[in-house]
Amino acid sequence: MAVDEQREHKWLGKSVKRKEDERFVRGRGNYLDDIKLPRMLHMSILRSPYAHARILSIDTSRAEALEGVVAVVTGELLAQHNLAWMPTLSGDTQAVLATDKVRMQGQEVACVVAESPYIAHDALELIEVDYEPLQAVTSPQQALEAGAPLIRDDKEGQEDNRVYHWESGDLEATDRAFAEADRVVSLETFYPRCHPAPLECCGCIADVDPATSRATIYMTSQAPHVIRTVFALVAGLPEHNIRIVSPDIGGGFGNKVPVYPGYVVATAASLLIGRPVKWIEDRTGNLISTGFARDFHMKGDLALTSEGKMLGLRVKMLSDQGYAYADAQPSKFKAGLFHLVTGSYDLPAAHIVTDGAYTNKAPGGVAYRCSFRITEASFLIERLVQSAAYEIGMDPVEFRRLNFIKADQFPYESATGFVYDSGDYERALDLALEQIGYAELREEQKRAREEGRLIGIGVASFTEAVGAGPSKDYDILGIKMFDSAELRLHPTGKAILKLGVKSQGQGHETTFAQIVSEELGIPPEDVHVVEGDTDNTPYGLGTYASRSTPTAGGATALIARTLREKAKRIAAHLLEASEEDLDWDGERFAVKGAPDRAKTIQEVIFAAYTDLPEGMDAGLEGVKYYDPPNLTFPFGTYAVVVEIDRGTGQWKPIRVVAVDDCGVRINPMIVEGQIMGGLTEGYAMAAMELITFDEDGNCIGSNFMDYLIPTAWETPHFELHETVTPSPHHPIGAKGVGESATVGSPAAFVNAVVDALAHVGVRNLEMPVTSDKVWEALNEAGLAQ
Amino acid sequence: MLGERGEDAKILSGGQSLIPLLKLRFASPAVVVDINRIAGLDTLAEEDGGLRIGALVRTKTCELSELLRDRYPILSQAAAQISDPIIRNLGTVCGSVAHADPQGDWGSALMAAGAEAVARGPGGERTLPLSDFFQGPFTTTLEPTEVVTEIRVPGPGERSGGAYLKLERRVGDFATAAVGVQVSFEAGKIARAGIGLTGVGATNLRATEAEQALVGAELDEEAIQGAAELAAQAADPQSDTRGSAEYKRHVVRVFTERALRASAGKANG
Ligand SMILES: Cc1cc2nc3c(=O)[nH]c(=O)nc-3n(C[C@H](O)[C@H](O)[C@H](O)COP(=O)(O)OP(=O)(O)OC[C@H]3O[C@@H](n4cnc5c(N)ncnc54)[C@H](O)[C@@H]3O)c2cc1C
Repeated sequence: MAVDEQREHKWLGKSVKRKEDERFVRGRGNYLDDIKLPRMLHMSILRSPYAHARILSIDTSRAEALEGVVAVVTGELLAQHNLAWMPTLSGDTQAVLATDKVRMQGQEVACVVAESPYIAHDALELIEVDYEPLQAVTSPQQALEAGAPLIRDDKEGQEDNRVYHWESGDLEATDRAFAEADRVVSLETFYPRCHPAPLECCGCIADVDPATSRATIYMTSQAPHVIRTVFALVAGLPEHNIRIVSPDIGGGFGNKVPVYPGYVVATAASLLIGRPVKWIEDRTGNLISTGFARDFHMKGDLALTSEGKMLGLRVKMLSDQGYAYADAQPSKFKAGLFHLVTGSYDLPAAHIVTDGAYTNKAPGGVAYRCSFRITEASFLIERLVQSAAYEIGMDPVEFRRLNFIKADQFPYESATGFVYDSGDYERALDLALEQIGYAELREEQKRAREEGRLIGIGVASFTEAVGAGPSKDYDILGIKMFDSAELRLHPTGKAILKLGVKSQGQGHETTFAQIVSEELGIPPEDVHVVEGDTDNTPYGLGTYASRSTPTAGGATALIARTLREKAKRIAAHLLEASEEDLDWDGERFAVKGAPDRAKTIQEVIFAAYTDLPEGMDAGLEGVKYYDPPNLTFPFGTYAVVVEIDRGTGQWKPIRVVAVDDCGVRINPMIVEGQIMGGLTEGYAMAAMELITFDEDGNCIGSNFMDYLIPTAWETPHFELHETVTPSPHHPIGAKGVGESATVGSPAAFVNAVVDALAHVGVRNLEMPVTSDKVWEALNEAGLAQ
Repeated sequence: MLGERGEDAKILSGGQSLIPLLKLRFASPAVVVDINRIAGLDTLAEEDGGLRIGALVRTKTCELSELLRDRYPILSQAAAQISDPIIRNLGTVCGSVAHADPQGDWGSALMAAGAEAVARGPGGERTLPLSDFFQGPFTTTLEPTEVVTEIRVPGPGERSGGAYLKLERRVGDFATAAVGVQVSFEAGKIARAGIGLTGVGATNLRATEAEQALVGAELDEEAIQGAAELAAQAADPQSDTRGSAEYKRHVVRVFTERALRASAGKANG
């Protein structure tokens, strides 16, 4: 399935304007809250004020008596229908509405269904819940101590707060590497809990029609087909009678993959009441209860020779899972793809030990714009590499270069079992260094230090593994992670493309149309892309982990090629030539040596309905389920320059240079948009995003005054560059790109701030790197002004 | 209306503090009195050598005002650093002062500039110097039946300088710490000094001792550092997610120094 290199690309590599933007910029998008159904009711959720407490009683009578309230749903009521608990995407269980205990602040305790959203919210204050507060567990270290309060006492056989223990790599080989090492350099760091915080919060409208028994559920879901299957399993509804529709989605970033209690209660309520029920989550509900990200405590040790060559890597990671293990990730890998922690380096040996623990916090964590926990992995290795370089007295960039996997080593099998498809890490690094003027910057840094100014230069050379994935290794709840495309060509030469994935702003309606255009010569404006409606699209696992182009993109190219083959047979019939005598020029079939004797693709499509060869079925359409042979491995180098204010500890990015290699670029403008967004989020995590808790388990970061995301004002200016190393196995040579920048850039920003202070021995600053932390480091080093 | 309903009624100016309180159900007054359509409350002008800021003057208007930029830079700079443009478009100076958030910027900037509030109620009109207006977080000497109709700021004199420096975690955030400084000079010496502190106490604070130390002195490096130290001592910050008390106190010192240095050039010309 090699790259189609026969001819120049006609539509790939073109910055076609996004087809979907017309409706977005005109305010004509159709988001969940825009949908209004006749006789629709509104639901609000009562949440627990405590992180850990026993529920003694719930009295709903005053709420029920309020005029306009139709029903108050509690866990007890759900339990009667066996719906009080639901499975998570990691095979654990999570409460829909609490029955026995609440296990996190913000947990769903009861729901009010009322004639208006205002009444539904007013009624929440009338529900009386009697709690007996219990000691809260607020860190995974505390969770695993002997005698820690047992959080999941509902689970039979669960005697402590451990969620999983999982190892990867070769312990013996790694031990040998460390025994032989001249130097061992370590770094301990914490990737704190943050949140994807999409602009649109979650929500749904459940419409279970008593007349037809069909459940139509409009939902903010990145993965509608999987959700339908989970609903069939949880609610016992026949799957053909469930239709999940994901309308326009205002950002997901992993937050909209899981199943949330609100979806389930709204559906149950609609089933019981017989009217549509709408639930719109508010910002606080979103920040405190839905899929958070990260929360990994990590330690890495690097075994080195005296020349700085890497011999082995040892990693220990402890993850804070909240009260349920609810990562949306391939079942086989307990800590997602964290074992990609060897990164861009030729590491002969590696061993990774991971543990997960329950705490009294929101369940998760989802991969916030990354391929299953690779952000954490990339951050650790890129931070560790910088530390190691300082310790052995090498420039961090030269240390990277010395240890990179070399271009001629691909395909490269890593010590933890990944087979990297293609790469040229040095080329990307060199381009970044040249663009930022690395050598001169190091000189400037020296001069600045003499003048009393602090400048730092941070680099990160990341590798991602995206596009899950090959069915032999990748499934969610047993469902293999293929994806699909259905292509229909209509008589007048126009196309409808239906996909199993679901855009949340990534520009699928344009990108996937361009793939069809490239393969069939139909211009993108003639290709209508349909996603998100389980009645009308082929089964697929959805959009996250940068998987849409690697999976559904492959399916699209292949189904288009299949239809082109049939079209060629029709063209041969029309031109009275044999198939072998026809050339395809990207838009037309022409007789070899007689280019005037040709049929355009549109003429051939028309003939598929009007003038067929004997014995051929009419029509031109088909479905392709594509099981990718491997993941794709995008990579790049980010370089950041910062300056620190010695008076206040504030730091500011002065320049940010990004070199990305995502293989063949389908729509460069959309790719750049993805990278800018990812760099913004990377900066945000490095500088400000944080969800933290006090010792009672109260969430600090429950609104946008406390949970900080950058505005346009703070967001640095980005300078983008590219190299192109096609994926050898993807049908059009593309790799995923949606998450590269979120994965790679946090380390570059932190590395830059640490670099400004490296000469006085600073090796680590924990994220978010706030001005008070920098000031403390300055103070300790005697550099504060 | 206010007279009749007392605590049960709330004035609505820009709504940028009141509406969030209502939304979060922290306040649920029975009546909201919208003063936005009352004519004549939007004066922003100098009169009799002083500045008048009417009850409906928006923060945005102050940010864009050339008068403030040229004559009252401390106010112009404070305005530009309050929250974000959307909130500045609606939020009012008088509403902010009446709201008395210890992290509000207007109170400190105006206190440093020597301002007073004009309050009108059933019992007539009163003038309240801002230095003793703020009683505690969200509490002032204002009666529930009184409305702030305007703020008056004394003219800065021939030679004066001022600055408002704010440390925020990102645009739209309240101050981790902020310092407003206003100095007027006569014959090369400081005739009047005002220093206001934001986010480092239970109210907007005035660094009185630092001000007193400056009056009569030349604004040289020694005076600057001495005053900055006194201002840092006047701060009474709490440790929180924005930083430790020690850090905030330090920022007060650094910002007082920087603000005074920025003003020093104005002494003789
Ligand atoms: C996200 C966000 C960020 C913010 N950041 C900052 C910041 O960084 N710095 C800052 O200083 N402020 C900030 N603010 C507050 C903002 O500046 C408010 O606009 C201001 O504090 C209140 O002014 P207002 O006109 O909106 O008052 P309103 O919200 O209308 O009223 C506030 C209170 O004062 C009373 N009141 C209003 N006007 C009068 C009057 N004339 N007389 C008597 N009582 C009155 C009201 O009854 C109410 O209790 C922020 C607000 C938000 C929402």
